[in-house]
Amino acid sequence: MTTLSHHPAAGSATRTQRRQKRDWTGWQFVGPFMVVFAVVLIAPVIYSVYLSLYKDQLVGGNSFVGFANYAHALSDPKLWESLGRVTLFLAVQVPIMLALALFAALAIDSARLHLSPLFRIAIFLPYAVPAVVATLMWGFMYGTQFGLVGNLNDFFGITIPSPLSGTWVLASIGNIVTWEFVGYNMILFYAALRVIPADLYEAAELDGAGTFRIIRSIKFPALRPAMVIGAIFSIIGSFQLFNEPSILRSLAPNAISTFFSPNMYAYNLSFSGQQYNYSATIAIIVGLLTASIAYIVQITGTRKEV
Amino acid sequence: MALTTPESLTPASTAVRETTAATRSTSPRRSRYARPSAGSQHKRKSVLLTAVMVVFLIYSLLPLFWLFVGSTKTQASLLNSFGLWFSGDFALFDNIAQTLTYDGGVFVRWLGNTLLYVVIGAGGATFLAALGGYGLAKFNFPGKKAVFAVVLGAVAIPGTALAVPTFLMFSQLGLTNTPWAVILPSLISPFGLYLIWTYALDSVPTEVLEAARMDGAGEIRTFFTISLRLLAPGLVTVLLFSIVGTWNNYFLPLIMLSEPTWYPLTVGLNQWNQQAQTVGGDVIYNLVITGSLITIIPIVVAFLFLQRYWQSGLAAGSVKA
Repeated sequence: MTTLSHHPAAGSATRTQRRQKRDWTGWQFVGPFMVVFAVVLIAPVIYSVYLSLYKDQLVGGNSFVGFANYAHALSDPKLWESLGRVTLFLAVQVPIMLALALFAALAIDSARLHLSPLFRIAIFLPYAVPAVVATLMWGFMYGTQFGLVGNLNDFFGITIPSPLSGTWVLASIGNIVTWEFVGYNMILFYAALRVIPADLYEAAELDGAGTFRIIRSIKFPALRPAMVIGAIFSIIGSFQLFNEPSILRSLAPNAISTFFSPNMYAYNLSFSGQQYNYSATIAIIVGLLTASIAYIVQITGTRKEV
Repeated sequence: MALTTPESLTPASTAVRETTAATRSTSPRRSRYARPSAGSQHKRKSVLLTAVMVVFLIYSLLPLFWLFVGSTKTQASLLNSFGLWFSGDFALFDNIAQTLTYDGGVFVRWLGNTLLYVVIGAGGATFLAALGGYGLAKFNFPGKKAVFAVVLGAVAIPGTALAVPTFLMFSQLGLTNTPWAVILPSLISPFGLYLIWTYALDSVPTEVLEAARMDGAGEIRTFFTISLRLLAPGLVTVLLFSIVGTWNNYFLPLIMLSEPTWYPLTVGLNQWNQQAQTVGGDVIYNLVITGSLITIIPIVVAFLFLQRYWQSGLAAGSVKA
């Protein structure tokens, strides 16, 4: 609207960007996003920092306590137990899921597969299924009474250990999460494979490189950025683990505690315990931890690329 | 995407569009996407690899098949027949009718709520991301670097970490238990902003904008008449991901809403499930299962029809980063 007079001559693509030093026109476009962003993201962050520094007590009301909530959190065995659980989950489930996704992506990109588009669509499909429905489906199937596990037990006259028992429930959740997101990561990797220029393959084949040599020398390097992204999203997802255990809890109340994952702990502190200040503290600690681990993965992942 | 794009273009901008189309078709990005799979068409198909992938495929589709079979059974045969095959009366239509009418048709209400959240939340998120991403790609303005730093930093913050403070803030503002509590946070998609930003860098040539300015078109007008059309494929991708995110959202509405009137389908379904688990509660597993099936059908259909968009969206995200 206002920029007409700023452009006496149509220049090269870069000239405009160089010249508009003090031009606020861009804010017309970025402004609306940033206003909503400030309300729903920045304000809650500031508010939660404020909450974490205060304590609401019966005697004395709301008072400033400095870092007392943080000190309390760091010596809270429930927080450590839940962090340990999601770390174990992260260490086992994420590598399995990413390896499966990598295999599937290489397979559908290999041109050696019959009906490759069918596999691509079918394996990606679970990503569209809401976590609630995915968890309910798998939860019912896990059931020993009327689920598939129950069917198998009846049919073969055996006793498969219940997937919803304390020892197995974390693995069962891992299976649900893998089912939901393996296709997403597969597509992420597949997209990275698709942009490898065809002449690179032709050159490699002229040099006599075999399938596995091509995978190692051409495909893996091209996949690295996508793998870093997949790993970061999976790490964030693992630390945020909430939907699956919280929904599964109604089917397995004894195996899943109220502090099964850090997020469930923060949620239950707020909504069952009314301990808002402490809950905000937990949320900040988990957020910082997640962000720093994601950051480390990004740094190490991109450094190797050079 | 068709929401904001006027059908008629001025002659000047039509000419502009034609030149754009010409430049785009020769861009390396286009031609790279157009190449056939892996550039090695002559390879023999492998039966072994296909067989392994069939196992993968069965794993992915089995629960959905189970869900379909389950929704054709009555409550009684659900409990005493083999889960992966049909048994007893074909009760699918009975189940659907029951699902839609149970408890005064509350499921229909939840479906309507979900649609409301999707249309305003995902539509709004796409629009804000389009404006913002385009602004970041095509303008220099004071504070641009700060915008980048803040938005990219925010991507690393777990959404759930913010949920509790957002709830407390919204309850002070009197927004909890209203649709706004669900819609407002859905309006922000840092991923969408990032995607439109990378897309606009490539697909909206600065020369075209310069030409429009020469013709005397304002920036906003240029955006709506020219840029939005060039951004269309990117917009569909962002819209698709926002729709999936909003349709499947569970945590946010769970904490923001305490009355079933405003529940979306996800929260409502889990409430039915919990009710079935409660001692003395009405056992309605058949409705939970049929309701789940109804919940996933629209989103699965949208996925199948728009698949080339999600693929290009993920491609842009992974290649650029």
